[in-house]
Amino acid sequence: MNTNIQEIKDLCIGFKSQKGEQISILRNITTNIRKGETVGIVGESGSGKSTLALAMMGYIKHGLFTTGGECLFKSKDLLSLNNKELEDIRGRKIAMIPQNAGQALTPNLKIGYQIEEALKLHTDFNKVEREKKISELLNQVRLPSPSIMALRYPHELSGGQQQRVAVAMALAGNPELLLLDEPTTGLDVTTQAHVLELLKDIAKETGTSMVYVSHDLGAIAQVCDRVIVMYAGEIVLEGPVRKILKEPIHPYTYGLLKSIPKLSLSGLPDSMPGSQPQPGNIGSGCSFYDRCNFSSDECKVKVPELEYLSDIDTSVRCFNHSELISKTSEQKITNDLKNKITIDEILDLKDVSISYAKQGIIDQFLNKVTDTNPTVKDINININKGETIALVGESGSGKSTILKSIAGLLKTKDGYIKFDKEKLLSGDLKKRNSEDLRSIQLIFQNPDESLNPNHTVEQILSQPLKLYFGLTGSKLKTSIAELLEKVRLGAFYMSRYPRQLSGGEKQRIAVARAFAARPDIILCDEVTSALDVSVQAAVLDLLQKLKEELGTTYVFVSHDLAVVKAISDRVAVLYQGRLCEIGPSKDVYQFPSHPYTEVLIGAVLEPDPDIRPKLVAEDIVEEKPPEIGCSFQGRCPRIIGDKCRNETPPWQIGDNGNAIRCHINIEELKIQQS
Amino acid sequence: MENSKNTFHENPKSSLEKVLDIISTMASKPSGFIGLAILIFHVALAITSPWFAPYDYKAINPTLMLNAPSSEFWFGTDSLGRDVFTRTILGGRTALTITFFGSIIALLWGGLLGIFCGLVGGRIDDVVMRIVDAFLSIPWILAMLLIVSLLGTTTQVLIPALGFFYGKGIVRVARAATHDVIAKDFIISAKARGHSNLSIIWNEILPNVRDAILVEGAMRWSWMLLGFSSLSFLGFGVSPPTPDWGLMISNARGLMSFAWWAVIAPIVGLSSLIIGINLTADAFAKALGIDRSTKAPV
Repeated sequence: MNTNIQEIKDLCIGFKSQKGEQISILRNITTNIRKGETVGIVGESGSGKSTLALAMMGYIKHGLFTTGGECLFKSKDLLSLNNKELEDIRGRKIAMIPQNAGQALTPNLKIGYQIEEALKLHTDFNKVEREKKISELLNQVRLPSPSIMALRYPHELSGGQQQRVAVAMALAGNPELLLLDEPTTGLDVTTQAHVLELLKDIAKETGTSMVYVSHDLGAIAQVCDRVIVMYAGEIVLEGPVRKILKEPIHPYTYGLLKSIPKLSLSGLPDSMPGSQPQPGNIGSGCSFYDRCNFSSDECKVKVPELEYLSDIDTSVRCFNHSELISKTSEQKITNDLKNKITIDEILDLKDVSISYAKQGIIDQFLNKVTDTNPTVKDINININKGETIALVGESGSGKSTILKSIAGLLKTKDGYIKFDKEKLLSGDLKKRNSEDLRSIQLIFQNPDESLNPNHTVEQILSQPLKLYFGLTGSKLKTSIAELLEKVRLGAFYMSRYPRQLSGGEKQRIAVARAFAARPDIILCDEVTSALDVSVQAAVLDLLQKLKEELGTTYVFVSHDLAVVKAISDRVAVLYQGRLCEIGPSKDVYQFPSHPYTEVLIGAVLEPDPDIRPKLVAEDIVEEKPPEIGCSFQGRCPRIIGDKCRNETPPWQIGDNGNAIRCHINIEELKIQQS
Repeated sequence: MENSKNTFHENPKSSLEKVLDIISTMASKPSGFIGLAILIFHVALAITSPWFAPYDYKAINPTLMLNAPSSEFWFGTDSLGRDVFTRTILGGRTALTITFFGSIIALLWGGLLGIFCGLVGGRIDDVVMRIVDAFLSIPWILAMLLIVSLLGTTTQVLIPALGFFYGKGIVRVARAATHDVIAKDFIISAKARGHSNLSIIWNEILPNVRDAILVEGAMRWSWMLLGFSSLSFLGFGVSPPTPDWGLMISNARGLMSFAWWAVIAPIVGLSSLIIGINLTADAFAKALGIDRSTKAPV
């Protein structure tokens, strides 16, 4: 019996370059999607995973064309069908769930109406049946009170709820194959864990086959039965999820897994050198040859074929896969942090609160305080010279807001920020002197936005050098070359524009620009979240090396608990702009901890199918912090009644040295959590 | 995936190479080629015409009044017996010069004010933009007539006056383009480093809005040319006997029914130049990649 729902044979997709050369994006993809199974497609950006997923529904982006092979859905080649025939398949047989549901839903139509549209298109239900089905679908995606939800507009829902609606719409046509393109990438950790749980349940309930495209091996481990690993437009490894994630027999997958920071490990993950070759720039041998630690001479000249190993039901594209396991077991390196932390206090945040609310003219005149409930409140953090302190929390936790006010981009409402023990930092950028400005530098999340696209690397790096040190001429050039050297880039990068660099190289330039000022403190705002995992590991490694060399203090903001654990000495957990817990990172990750920290740690996805996230709290999103009581009262799984709602919880010091702000006695927390 | 067409390790180009690149891209499409050809033809004509004009443009000869085109007078003669061909090839000189410098003035003040408003925002931006709006609501030709009748029709008056009235629209374009980049992290980064506003405008914003402003300036040039010719047509631009298309059309239009040649030649001159500039500006926008009217990506 043919159990394959989709068969892809020798698929090649490419484009024509400006010089007229044909350049391949996908090369000889052959794979099958079986009925009822969930297949994960993993790879770094540019590996062709999205192109493959789109080809699976017969869609090829403008400018690309197939250069060979076929994509059979139930023995019909999708790539040769005309639009009319494709319309019958898309939505009814194959449905797609987009990455950003907030953008995929029409903003000015109600949720119910949008689902009904999908039903009208894909089913023959009458009006009454449709309404019934809408409730059913909303119920199926675990949205509370479907009848009310159907009357809402997309902006009235949270990101997780929007993603659920997108799932409901995709399910409307009762599809046999569901394509999901990074469906949880933009979501908070707790929400992501809940959505993945939902997807898994739906796969079980409906028996739909799913193709799950993601760069996140943690998410793949949770939902998938089988995994396809892509590299430079080829399948390099394909097999059952346990086999792939626990005993990878391809060096790329091995390296990828090693470069993911994990809660169970201490210190920085190993990074993989180099970057993925660009399309059209692939050598004569194995595409991974340049970055491979296990290569032999054969790999340089000959392209390995995808070899099927029937005993473990795995396909692998590597000459040396049989020796890999024995070789990798020898490789054990620990990268523990060697930070020279002094007892000198460099930054002191005292009772800081920050408000985005603006006083009206009349209130200003009457000197009336309008915002009694500021976005960020009561922040007390002391930062010592040389340490890395991380601020963790979900979106809206105020972590970036605090960073901005340290940098002088936002005024504090109450409290003060002291630099170097005695210098009070002004909340107004214009009032800070050049020396204070130089001492505190920022690195941003997305290097595409933080580097001026019309400047060369030389111009970018010369800005701080000219501003703070007045360098010109050959001195300037030497300094730039030294900086590039520091971030492991050659001097020939000077004349390049940001668009000619890869994501990791761009972030290195951003790091170099921050270090150009020879700062004492560097504020890192989610600096690795826009990067691929292997690049992330390399950038973290670079940041750590530079710090060990120069003794810089980092304030590191991230939503990723595993990254934070890898790089920080101390962690501060924030919820709704209030501190929940603060302490040495090795202790914060151990119990007892604040219930919110517990929720966050529980939701972390490990790239291991046998470690399931613990979902302890609902993933509702709160718009505003509560006026009185504990900031986490709305979602706390361990709430003990009115005390939490009415009184601000006290600080308690655990035996490990972490401070927790909770009404529950710390000893009791320990018993409850163990 | 079209991003993968990027030229990953291309060699850096000098500014001259970049300009040549843009021009060759512009000329690679028929409309751009025609536009460039017309524009270059007109500019070349304006520069060289005094040397090969067959007759004296101001020589009045009553015996030759309203002669039809002939081998002697290619485009015929006008009501004062002057050679229309001579006056037509010379007639674009004043208009081109005045509007060219007028456009530069419009670009400078409009562009810089727009960028400044976009950068500082807040109350200053509000006030300035409302003033610009107020000026936009005044019919410019009335205001121009007032200025010209008070201060005269000399070049020193016309260039700044035209530059002022055509710069108002550029303020809005420059401000909108600035808003596109102002929220990007590289501007915030420059602010956090403590650069001055002037340095941020010059180093960070200008390179990113330059293209949009230049294209807008090129479009304004063609409108200004039409505007200047309108002034001449009304008798407030170039003073006789200096040849000018607007003035020639004005003088000859009453005789159109029996001496069509005296009015056709300047009309063709004026409209072909405007079309040429428009096509060039369009091609320029496409070559720089800021024209959104290209084919949708999907």
